[in-house]
Amino acid sequence: MSSLAVRKAAPAAGTARGTVPGPAPRRRTALVPTLALLIGAAYCLLPVAWVVIAATKSGSELFSTFTFLPGTGLTENLKDLHAYRDGVYWKWMGNSALYAGLGALLSAAVSAISGYALAIYRFRGRETVFNILMAGVLMPPVILAVPQYLLMAEADLTDSYVSVLLPLVLSPYGVYLARIYAAAAVPSDVVEAGRMDGASELRIFTRIALPMMVPGLVTVFLFQFVAVWNNFLLPYIMLSDDEKFPITLGLFTLLEQGSNTPALYTLVITGALLAVVPLVALFLVIQRFWSLDLLSGAVKS
Amino acid sequence: MPNTKLRRLRRWGATSVAVALGTTALAACGSSDDSEGEGKAESGPVSLTYWSWTPGMDKVADLWNEGPGRKDRVTVTVKKQASGDTLVTKILTAHKARKGPDLVQAEYQALPTLVSNDALADIAGEVDGVKDKFAEGVWQQTTLGSDAVYAIPQDSGPMMFYYRADLFKKYGLEVPTTWEQFADTARALKKKSPGTDLTTFSANDSGLFAGLAQQAGAKWWTTEGQKWKVAIDDAPTRRVADFWGGLVKEGAIDNQPMYTPAWNKALNTGKQIAWVSAVWAPGTLTTAAPDTKGKWAMAPLPQWSGGENVTGSWGGSSTAVTTDSRHKAAAAKFASWLNTDPEALTALAKEGGIYPAATTAQTSDAFTEPPAYFANQPDFYTRAADIAKTTAPSAWGPNVNVAYTTFKDAFASAAKNKSDFGAALRTMQDDTVADLEKQGFEVAE
Repeated sequence: MSSLAVRKAAPAAGTARGTVPGPAPRRRTALVPTLALLIGAAYCLLPVAWVVIAATKSGSELFSTFTFLPGTGLTENLKDLHAYRDGVYWKWMGNSALYAGLGALLSAAVSAISGYALAIYRFRGRETVFNILMAGVLMPPVILAVPQYLLMAEADLTDSYVSVLLPLVLSPYGVYLARIYAAAAVPSDVVEAGRMDGASELRIFTRIALPMMVPGLVTVFLFQFVAVWNNFLLPYIMLSDDEKFPITLGLFTLLEQGSNTPALYTLVITGALLAVVPLVALFLVIQRFWSLDLLSGAVKS
Repeated sequence: MPNTKLRRLRRWGATSVAVALGTTALAACGSSDDSEGEGKAESGPVSLTYWSWTPGMDKVADLWNEGPGRKDRVTVTVKKQASGDTLVTKILTAHKARKGPDLVQAEYQALPTLVSNDALADIAGEVDGVKDKFAEGVWQQTTLGSDAVYAIPQDSGPMMFYYRADLFKKYGLEVPTTWEQFADTARALKKKSPGTDLTTFSANDSGLFAGLAQQAGAKWWTTEGQKWKVAIDDAPTRRVADFWGGLVKEGAIDNQPMYTPAWNKALNTGKQIAWVSAVWAPGTLTTAAPDTKGKWAMAPLPQWSGGENVTGSWGGSSTAVTTDSRHKAAAAKFASWLNTDPEALTALAKEGGIYPAATTAQTSDAFTEPPAYFANQPDFYTRAADIAKTTAPSAWGPNVNVAYTTFKDAFASAAKNKSDFGAALRTMQDDTVADLEKQGFEVAE
């Protein structure tokens, strides 16, 4: 059973290509699927291109020149953004990094240990716990924001970093993913072998199971990171001090300054562009962990 | 008379609080906090928090902290927020947890919502003599027609007519003084230059429509005994709706929304040559139509009949003290200082770019020069101050957001299909009444 799971996952290594023997079949470009994919790619990339180009336009060029004609104001926009209220933008960026980084890390840790426990141990109520978690997956976090605020208010924790971090720690989807992953990647034979050798349960988890679960946990981390980075409602309700705002909220205050003051479009667009950079960088750095092949080979099939 | 008014408001307040909070226990808990707070107000250093979206408000608060605030040992900390309906929701959520700030900035049309949720304190006792600093039509929005005072007016948005002076000359158009002339001007322009529109009817901007209705004499929400009366679909508003609906239908003006890139472009290239807007328009035009700087001029809003001189308002906000505040007297003192003290108002105008509601401030040193965009009209602010005095009273209710949302939905499709605006207005009326009843308010037929 466990070996099956390992073998099933093996093609994920992505080495299948090129190993096929014999002459390569004649390729005919499938026109319709390619076209559909191209349209899909354009649909996804056009808004990104728009942001990139719009960020280069100065305030007077933004709405008056052709949409995809690069402007001349990028350095000016960056300078303005940097100067806006003594560089509060970088503060927001740092806050976002804290919420997303620490939040995703804690969430991955909690997901790892609870997912492992749910996958390996058999105890009464396990399925109930899991089903409740499944219900949690289906529940959009948005509707929980107000109740969470009221709870935080009871504990006098509103308008603090903790108030945003705490609700992020338990991610039902993360636990769900970690359980599925642990069930597939951590063979019970290995756990048994650890017990035979006299390792404590904690040691088995930290030294044996955890390394095996790393690719799955990276996924959980990335999912959570992106979700928190883009999160709006929870910090919006929890925080009132704009020094603690993440980027999403900060940019929102630049857009909604009341009818007297026009929205700072150029700053918001440049700010939005910069806000994407860390996400792209993170994906580029972390994606290599994905190609690790489930540390296969612990159990001979 | 004041007695009956007060009684009416109390009763109205009590029912709505009970409805909004679901239990009378919570309301009672609130009032016990109040008395406790007043006792504490005068002793020791006081620290107040203020939620505001005005840019530079922290700098204005610093003036207070270093000046009058230092003397009274009252420090105000500004926490910058995003404006709009979302802020009202946030205030109400915080209030539910009794964690609201001491002071909030609130748009006039949001005040009834906040008051009916018992989020705003009555500061009538703390603000003697402040009333005279404001135009009657502006002040009355903060009292909700009672003896109570729920906020101090901060900025106002008297409505005006903006037009491209150069293009009006080019096309041989007169600046309209009545709405009838306005319609004729639109038609004349269409004849001379079919590709050009005088302006557009934007179904995205409920505030604009509300201001136009207000000018025509509409009072959308009033109280009758302990019941609310909704008069959105009444004669003045119908007149406004039919007027704009007629212009859209015959194609005399455009029907596309405002505040879009396309709209910016139309203004910037002279495809649209006029804009019905408010005193803050120069700021918007600076970003929307940067190439036409110095080519615009401002005039009073066209009137419904010859001899009249009335305008509506679009935008504007106030400073209110919350029921969650433990230092209501100190907070009220700051609110009055912020909106009546010459030094504070000058700083507000300079840092926040606001147009103050206080009448003396409208002609103060901060407003001797016209906005840079209107350098060609040196008396811009003198005229603006005269127009501001003619602001018609407005009447807001506890579910302005619902009326505004239905306006957007119903009028957007009516404008797009060039169909009957009267039907859209009826939808707006019906939905607003239905929502009030759903919230548990009594509504008079």
